Amino acid sequence: MQGETIAAISTAYGPAGVGIIRISGDNAANVVDRVFKSKSGVSLKDQATYRITYGYIYDQDARLVDEALALTMWAPSSFTGEDVVELQCHGGIVVLKKVLALVLMAGARLAEPGEFSKRAFLNGRLDLSQAEAIMEMVTAKTEAGVNSAVNQLQGALSQEVNGYRQEILRILAYLEADLDYPEEDFSRLSNEEISICLAEIAQKLNKLLQSFAKGRIMREGLKVALIGKPNVGKSSLLNAILKTKRAIVTDIPGTTRDTIEEYYNLGGIPLLLIDTAGIRESQDLVEQMGVQKTKEIVEQADLVLYIFDLKMGITPEDREFLRKIPSEKVLILVNKIDLKSKTEEENSLERKIKEGLPAYRVLPISATEQIGLQELEEEIKSIFFSEGLEIKNETLLSNIRHKTALDKALQALMGALSGFRKGTSLDLMTIDLKSVLDYLGEVTGQTVDEEVLEQIFAQFCLGK
Amino acid sequence: MSYVAGHYDCIVIGTGHAGCEAALATARLGCHTAIFTLNIDNIALMPCNPSIGGPAKGNLVREIDALGGEMGRNIDESYIQMRMLNTGKGPAVYGLRAQADKYAYQKRMAHILQKQENLDVKQALVEKLLVSDGQEVQGIATETGAVYYAPLVILCTGTYLKGKIFIGNLTYAGGPNGQRAADKLVDSLVELGLELGRFKTDTPPRVDKRTLDFEKMLVQYGDDENISFSFLTENSRGLNIPCHLTYTNEETHGIIRSNIYASSFYSGAIEGVGPRYCPAIEDKIMRFPDKTRHQLFLEPEGLDTEEVYVQGMSTSLPEDVQLGFLRTIAGMRRVEMMRTGYAIEYNYILPTQLQPSLETKAISGLFCAGQINGTSGYEEAAAQGLIAGINAALKFRNKEPLVLKRSEAYMGVLIDDLVTKGTNEPYRMLTSRAEYRLLLRHDNADFRLTPKGWEVGLVTPERYARFQKKKEKFESALVFLQRARVSATTENVAPLLAAQESAALRQSISLYDLLKRPEIKYTDLVQYHLAEELDRDISRGIDIHIKYEGYIKQQLAHVARFEKLEKKLLPQDLDYLELQGLSVESRQKLSKIKPVSVGQASRISGVSPADITALLVYLEKQRRKASEGSSFLGERDIRHEN
Repeated sequence: MQGETIAAISTAYGPAGVGIIRISGDNAANVVDRVFKSKSGVSLKDQATYRITYGYIYDQDARLVDEALALTMWAPSSFTGEDVVELQCHGGIVVLKKVLALVLMAGARLAEPGEFSKRAFLNGRLDLSQAEAIMEMVTAKTEAGVNSAVNQLQGALSQEVNGYRQEILRILAYLEADLDYPEEDFSRLSNEEISICLAEIAQKLNKLLQSFAKGRIMREGLKVALIGKPNVGKSSLLNAILKTKRAIVTDIPGTTRDTIEEYYNLGGIPLLLIDTAGIRESQDLVEQMGVQKTKEIVEQADLVLYIFDLKMGITPEDREFLRKIPSEKVLILVNKIDLKSKTEEENSLERKIKEGLPAYRVLPISATEQIGLQELEEEIKSIFFSEGLEIKNETLLSNIRHKTALDKALQALMGALSGFRKGTSLDLMTIDLKSVLDYLGEVTGQTVDEEVLEQIFAQFCLGK
Repeated sequence: MSYVAGHYDCIVIGTGHAGCEAALATARLGCHTAIFTLNIDNIALMPCNPSIGGPAKGNLVREIDALGGEMGRNIDESYIQMRMLNTGKGPAVYGLRAQADKYAYQKRMAHILQKQENLDVKQALVEKLLVSDGQEVQGIATETGAVYYAPLVILCTGTYLKGKIFIGNLTYAGGPNGQRAADKLVDSLVELGLELGRFKTDTPPRVDKRTLDFEKMLVQYGDDENISFSFLTENSRGLNIPCHLTYTNEETHGIIRSNIYASSFYSGAIEGVGPRYCPAIEDKIMRFPDKTRHQLFLEPEGLDTEEVYVQGMSTSLPEDVQLGFLRTIAGMRRVEMMRTGYAIEYNYILPTQLQPSLETKAISGLFCAGQINGTSGYEEAAAQGLIAGINAALKFRNKEPLVLKRSEAYMGVLIDDLVTKGTNEPYRMLTSRAEYRLLLRHDNADFRLTPKGWEVGLVTPERYARFQKKKEKFESALVFLQRARVSATTENVAPLLAAQESAALRQSISLYDLLKRPEIKYTDLVQYHLAEELDRDISRGIDIHIKYEGYIKQQLAHVARFEKLEKKLLPQDLDYLELQGLSVESRQKLSKIKPVSVGQASRISGVSPADITALLVYLEKQRRKASEGSSFLGERDIRHEN
């Protein structure tokens, strides 16, 4: 019917007891059979429709990832009208992502935004009004808790993106005219003129994309990474924060993950704490700055809590590590301080660390004694609000679908730009520019290529 | 009175570029065919510019050739200059253009027609279409009373339907170039219920070469390299006769402006709509008042004539005004006009009344091709003529029509645009009309279409054998390039890279990957003994294939996504007026156009995304109704036991 088998996480990101991955398409049973082994030994493809099968998910090295329930719904009696398997896993996002990755490796493709609904519609499982109702529900859910200003800014976003579109259309008109009327006598835009114009749009687009980070913090919370050499007290700090505040904690089971991510409600502000302590302590994370995983964590984090042990002081590795992170993103914590009975020696050690890192904000704490945690909270709040309050007067990008489209638009635009600078042939440049129009059109709802359905259903949220 | 003059399988009306291709195709495919012309001396007449090809149009000619049509061969045998346009802008938009010796072109084509087995050429004015009560075409009747019967008729009437000539305030009924118009046939079409529109087009004056001062103009030669339109042409004529470039000036514009009242168009005498892309000079002056000059190309009309075509100077102003402004132009101060420029207004049928096969929806067996369908241009006409001819022959054999996709050929884009969107000005093929331009290249027309032409039966064994050989060479070269690996130390590699200012190799790579570097071409590999020499066409094809691979894949993926909608077929008897959820406008448009698929429906202007979803819902409901009775579980069980 639709050919490819698609998959996506279909529960909300964030704290939850159960997370669902939905797989839909002709090959759904086979795909899931490659990662899911039922306890009873039965293959899903032999399972009847509307059955629940209990089993385990294994990774490519046959290591256990999670236990799960597989719900089988065969065509045409499923939401999409195709063969569908839903894997109910434990709710932690890390495990869900891992399972999704395994499913994708087993032959499914990541669903595009709205693709399940689109297939449901195309297979006659939804009529347009139902489809629209779902869309409204999805929209309401994702925007709950987001500053109402975001809604007001929606119109501004569309207007801004449309402005870029018009500019690119203008350039394209020149190029197309030149291609179809090579001998006509009219003024052409030089590559330099085009490059300048495109670079300007790219810059604006980039700025708009950056605003997504702020929009995301409002929606998903502040991502805080805990980093430090082994045994400086990362885990105890995490426990201290969580325990003292009786935070909403999701207990994520699993044995193979690399990091622990915990949600924590700080006076109404959601925090996502990423603890690298989950990485085997025998490996010195700091020395592994080159390792992709660590880089990713640091890059994704909105705030890095870099923890020092008072007695260990600053090592060359620490400096090396810190040099690679923008200093404004870092808060230094000096751990293992007993404020009540601070010795002269401890005072001087603390001073030494402060003086050694003059560009940073430094906070003394004791994770085990629960000292300095109040100050830490205040600091995080102030960071959040300084980030959060800035958004008022800018066009804010908060919708992941819009971000995806604009990301692709920027990518195509950069392709075109580098092409114009290198003097790549015009027939290719026009393809890149038309892609930019396409992607921008996904935000504004205009179609360039008459890809009608893609457009309608691009409005649906991923996996719903 | 009338008499029965003959029985044929197929009758073609008109011997312009559409008619010639249509008749050759049906005759070559085994249909006993008669082709009718107002004047046998005017077969394959080029009433406008003496050139063939250009961006998009050149691709059409290559496609016609690849399918087994005649235009490519004919121009290769009659050109006087060949030029590849857009060479700096990438292979997707290369446009080969030939200056034609228009008399040589006509002479050869006329003879090809006359020699063609299964084909009779007849001079007569056709006045009436004979159609049965069951709306099936039966034949034609001529002015002289002759009746010819045939189950297939292809109308290729060009600009002759109620043709009307305008020169200033002089108007008279007539076809181009002093020929007669076909008036009564129009009445016959109206009687059959076909809806007609009216277009106009202008042509420039022709001037005497001996009265031109080429010293005051820029000379413009074609390419020295031997290039051909046809995949069959081996030895090019090797001609390179120049054109000349000059410009209008303020004085020219002043004369035009002060005489604009005398323009048949501005005075309101012409009701037909003209093309935006090829406007009359008076139009250009009025619409772009800030432009201080317009360029003019002086193009020889042939080798054995002193007539020169003034490209860019189309006009229907009075003759004395034409002469007056021509003589203001550099190099033309003492010019003598040989033929006066004129506008011609003519009837066309709204092309949305056609199926994608170019058969009319209303009358079975009646096909239309060329300017009658609202297009302009020799190449557009020939392309339609060929497709109409092929489809008439396929219908004769009770076979499915050949419908080319938008992703397969400019011909596909052309016909889909016409039958889906219609046109409100004479339609010209442009590269920007094709969304998959990178796939519809000049160089790969044979890969795209020769297998189809072979299947239809129009491609000769000689052409097919030659194509297969080329294909094999092409494919084995790709395999070789993927297998052959080189590194910095491989002999000849360093000098090759140095010569092309290409970065040194850090690790071993395949020659295939090496060719992805823009600065390295297959011929460079040959020069440095890393690959064996191949025909120019093949080696260029390889360069394009490899360097453009990423973009080509991207377009192919796009095509694949799109085709799903093209495969959702809409029943031809669907009552759109009764369908739920459609807007009034799209209800009417869909009823009129009767799209073949949801994909085609989505391209109709005025049909919105919401309308398309309503269509899809309807189709799905129908599908379910059809499969009612077999339970979901039942279906499921069968699938899983397999």
